Amino acid sequence: MPQSPEGIRPAIYTLSVYTQCRVADMSIGHTLLGLLEAGPRHGYDLKRTFDEKFGHDRPLAYGQVYSTMSRLLKNGLVEVDGVESGGGPERKRYAITDAGITDVGAWLSQPEKPEPYLHSTLYTKVVLALLTGRRADELLDTQRAEHLRLMRILTQRKRKGDIADQLVCDHALFHLEADLRWLELTAARLDQLAREVRR
Amino acid sequence: MMTPAGTLLAATDLRKAFGTTKALDGAEFSIHPGEVVAVMGPSGSGKSTLLHCLAGIVPPDSGSITYAGRELTSLNDAERSALRRTEFGFVFQFGQLVPELTCVENVALPLRLTGVKRKEAERTALHWMEQLQVEELVAKRPGEISGGQGQRVAVARALVTAPRVIFADEPTGALDSLNGELVMQLLTEAARSANAAVVLVTHETRVAAYSDREIVVRDGKSRDMERIV
Amino acid sequence: MSRLQVWARDLGMGTRFAFGGGREGWTRTLLTGVGVGLGVALLLISTAIPGALAQRYERGDARSTLNSERADAPGPDTLLIARIGQTYRNKDIEGNMIRAEGPDAPLPPGLKRIPGPGEMALSPALDELLKSSDGALLRERLDARVSEIVGAPGLVGPGELLFYLGSDTLRKNGPEDYRVQRVTGFGHDTDREGLDPVLMLMVVLTFVALLMPVAVFIATAVRFGGERRDRRLAALRLVGADGRMVRRIAAGEALAGSLIGLVLGAGFFAVGRSLVGSFSLQQRSVFPADLDPAPWLAVLVALAVPAAAVAVTLFALRGVVIEPLGVVRTTKPSRRRIWWRLLLPLVGIGLLLPMGGRGNDHGRFNQWQVAGGVVLLLIGVTVLIPWLLERFVAKMSGGPVSWQLAVRRLQVNSGAAARLVNGIAVAVAGAIALQMLFAGVEGEYTKSTGQDPGRAAVAVIVNRDAQTPMDDLAQRIAAVPGVTRAVPLTSAHAAHQVPADEETVQVTIGTCDALGEVATLGSCKEGDAFVVTGSTSRDDVYGATAKPGDELFVGDVRGYGSASASGTTDRPGPAKWKVPADARTVPSREDPTGQLRSGLLVTPSAAPKEIGSFPDARIFVQVDESGPNTLDLARNAVFKADPFVTAMRLRDTKEAAGYSSIRTGLFFGAIAVLVLIGGSLLVSQLEQLRERKRLLSALVAFGTKRSTLSLSVLWQTAVPIVLGLVLAAGAGVGLGAVLMSMAAQPLRIDWASVLGMTAAGAGVVVVVTLLSLPPLLRLMRPDGLRTE
Repeated sequence: MPQSPEGIRPAIYTLSVYTQCRVADMSIGHTLLGLLEAGPRHGYDLKRTFDEKFGHDRPLAYGQVYSTMSRLLKNGLVEVDGVESGGGPERKRYAITDAGITDVGAWLSQPEKPEPYLHSTLYTKVVLALLTGRRADELLDTQRAEHLRLMRILTQRKRKGDIADQLVCDHALFHLEADLRWLELTAARLDQLAREVRR
Repeated sequence: MMTPAGTLLAATDLRKAFGTTKALDGAEFSIHPGEVVAVMGPSGSGKSTLLHCLAGIVPPDSGSITYAGRELTSLNDAERSALRRTEFGFVFQFGQLVPELTCVENVALPLRLTGVKRKEAERTALHWMEQLQVEELVAKRPGEISGGQGQRVAVARALVTAPRVIFADEPTGALDSLNGELVMQLLTEAARSANAAVVLVTHETRVAAYSDREIVVRDGKSRDMERIV
Repeated sequence: MSRLQVWARDLGMGTRFAFGGGREGWTRTLLTGVGVGLGVALLLISTAIPGALAQRYERGDARSTLNSERADAPGPDTLLIARIGQTYRNKDIEGNMIRAEGPDAPLPPGLKRIPGPGEMALSPALDELLKSSDGALLRERLDARVSEIVGAPGLVGPGELLFYLGSDTLRKNGPEDYRVQRVTGFGHDTDREGLDPVLMLMVVLTFVALLMPVAVFIATAVRFGGERRDRRLAALRLVGADGRMVRRIAAGEALAGSLIGLVLGAGFFAVGRSLVGSFSLQQRSVFPADLDPAPWLAVLVALAVPAAAVAVTLFALRGVVIEPLGVVRTTKPSRRRIWWRLLLPLVGIGLLLPMGGRGNDHGRFNQWQVAGGVVLLLIGVTVLIPWLLERFVAKMSGGPVSWQLAVRRLQVNSGAAARLVNGIAVAVAGAIALQMLFAGVEGEYTKSTGQDPGRAAVAVIVNRDAQTPMDDLAQRIAAVPGVTRAVPLTSAHAAHQVPADEETVQVTIGTCDALGEVATLGSCKEGDAFVVTGSTSRDDVYGATAKPGDELFVGDVRGYGSASASGTTDRPGPAKWKVPADARTVPSREDPTGQLRSGLLVTPSAAPKEIGSFPDARIFVQVDESGPNTLDLARNAVFKADPFVTAMRLRDTKEAAGYSSIRTGLFFGAIAVLVLIGGSLLVSQLEQLRERKRLLSALVAFGTKRSTLSLSVLWQTAVPIVLGLVLAAGAGVGLGAVLMSMAAQPLRIDWASVLGMTAAGAGVVVVVTLLSLPPLLRLMRPDGLRTE
């Protein structure tokens, strides 16, 4: 279960939250794990595939890949499948363990805490679900229900609160509404997206 | 599907086609007394048709609708009309107020249809207009008031017969955010205080956030979002 | 661009919208076109009727011998002609017996040759009647061989019943033989006596009363689909058209509709015209070719209708502001003012009143003043109705929901309702006024004949030169099945000296039974004679009387026979006769034809002998009314015995022909106008319902009974119409009263016609409501709730 929505103060919407680092840090490990589900890969391959599918304007640094992989290795979510030594640096091939697969599944089925700029995480989740043959529509609906749950709480608070509360809640509500619209639109375009990512 | 205990209005496996278009394709629905349920979904998904079927305005092709233990599909048109007059209230997006009648006469109309005397009906109407904060509009005609005021008058009218279910089809669809919020706030508060259930068809999530529960209709199939989490 | 170009451009654009707006645009234009077309057709027919009547008269004159050239003696170019008109069932048949006296005898119009003995020429309608099973009895009367069918130039109408019977025995017994005329040509060339001024007044009024509602109707028809049009115009404003432009474009649309209407109207007229030949109204029919509107009137219609369409559209848009984002009706239209609305009818009455009482001494009316007064009065009705309706509904409240819905709607927009009612109100007001006038004038134009059909159904009037002996004829008639009694009476002139220069004595000869029909005899036996008293008639040729024992000359006492130009008369001179000394004096009594006799009554054995022919002889025939053919069997027997003998059916009253035809015209005209207006009411009603589709569905959704909404539609039509009818009845009675004073008639309200016309107007409401119910029920289905 995500963090209890009651714990969310509208005041969390501070400048720091608008950076993506935290969100990205949290999800890179799961993303790389998910990519390994298709088969064992070298670290370099993992970086390239990640950049291709999710990196866009912000490619992953090698250092980040290796530090993440060693963390996953330590947690027993991946194992080293083999080592290639050639002309260049030593290249490890990683494979996902059963514990890793379970971890990916749990991550995908758990709704994200509704937050601004969530879409990069959600997008990653949707694509991974599609790539790994999991139910992307379920994922979206779960997220949708979670969003609406938070919106109900905010609406409730707004009804009881003073004008300042109302304004702050409204701000959150409008952002959540935008997310929800995105969820709706994505749900409507799932088929198209599935064709794209499986190409 | 069994009707859950304590439900006021429930529907199972509703099917309805207009020509070759399937508007409802096995939709389910249930609502408890005093509950506010939002029906969402993309346009053309069949959410308005679901509302029309639940309210007994349109008979479904197949499926069952039970209201307070009565099977709606076995009632004839006159019986369903009588049910709508006495047990249900309605709010639509627009075009529902009779332009020639004054606001208080519009609000009193459902009561008068059930045979209540004019004076008494208008007294009750005035009470509900106060609840909806539109009492200053009594003598005005719908053409002379704003859209938000019009919707509040419409809500007052929906509540005037003390219905057990209020059907609201995009009640804020033609309003700006502020007026929409106000209408929703007053509608849900009034409904809760009267212990009336509200079936709220909307495509706006902020409006749906006034509900207790959400049902999404896609391609004629319904999905209860509560069951997911 | 010049003003003219601007107008042309915008009108043209409107025309394109009228035709281009997809199916909906077409429907609207077509609807307007049909409405205007019906009005135009009615206008064209009205303008054509005077011409058609003139044509009828002309043909009638062309074949008349009333004033045609005559000859005293037979010659190569002379024709003998005698009218032997017949009656069959209730139909009058025009008939002539003709005989050519030479090879160059004139040919009656429509004939190729003169029918010989044993031949006859028939009009197509009579030919058809004789061939049908209906005409079986008549075939026994007219059994000559048919030589030809009379052509159209010889007929006043296609349905006319007419025959020319050829003869070789027809002769003229001296110049005083008025039955037979010797002519050298056909044609009647006198100035037609103008219609009586009162009749003229009624004709003028009939046209005014019928054309006014047609004008109102056309004004309504060009506004069909107005609300949708306004929305389209708003869209034009959005893309940059200014207020004046959209008005001109609207005018262009109306113009297009009215032009279609003109074409359709011409079409409807042509169809109606071709059908008119197969209709007969009270034995009057019109040739399609005669029904041609006067060219200048047709041109006037063709110009006035489009101009009126444009004017009405611009006028209707007066209170409407078309903004780019929608149509704004000036929400609170200025309260309708009363003064100018009252002014119109008052001026109308002012024009009419000074003419009071001019009708009786055949004084002439100023037709323009009459028409103007009536038009103003009727327009007054149309402008008063909106004001009255507004005032009336403003005060109303309460009642059931259906009533409340209707009344509130009328309060908000009483103008639309008033417009719909105007046409009906004008038609009803005009019709009531006219019916009242007719009913009042009826006494004058319906003459009491004094006849008593109870005592004798038929009076057979035998001409002086009849060939058949009276008793013989009476026996033949009595032998007809169904005839219960046939009483012959003959009369002769008598005088104290010859030639008689003073009034003569009437000597009536008949059996005791027959004489009992003309006097109260007391006792009578064969051989008796009586002196009659009690005749008040002074304009009779008989005026003198005689005492018992007087010596009289009886017969041709005025000496006509001896004065005959030909000198070939073989009639005996007057015979001497002595009034029996024992003649009793008895009081006279009206005979079945209403005549009071004077002079002497004599039974046959006491009558003078050898007096030659009788100046007057008649047989009173009583029939058993249960036999439907008895009358015609008797007529057949009479015709066979002597075609010149007329069998006259006795009736209580007789109407002037001019009157009854106007009245039928008015009746059918009023009905046609009401139907027409009912049509436009229906169209507007449906349009208004379509506009409210959403609202109707919403009302049904929250449980409104369909019957409530249907009733509200009924009230919505009924309230203004009832109000309009009340005003119309009032105005009609008022106008009728003014008109009756003009015709110098005592005021009498003809409640039957007031009720009849208002009932017809109310019937229109019911029919319109019933016809608008199916679409209403369709509109109340929940489809209307769908937003997509």
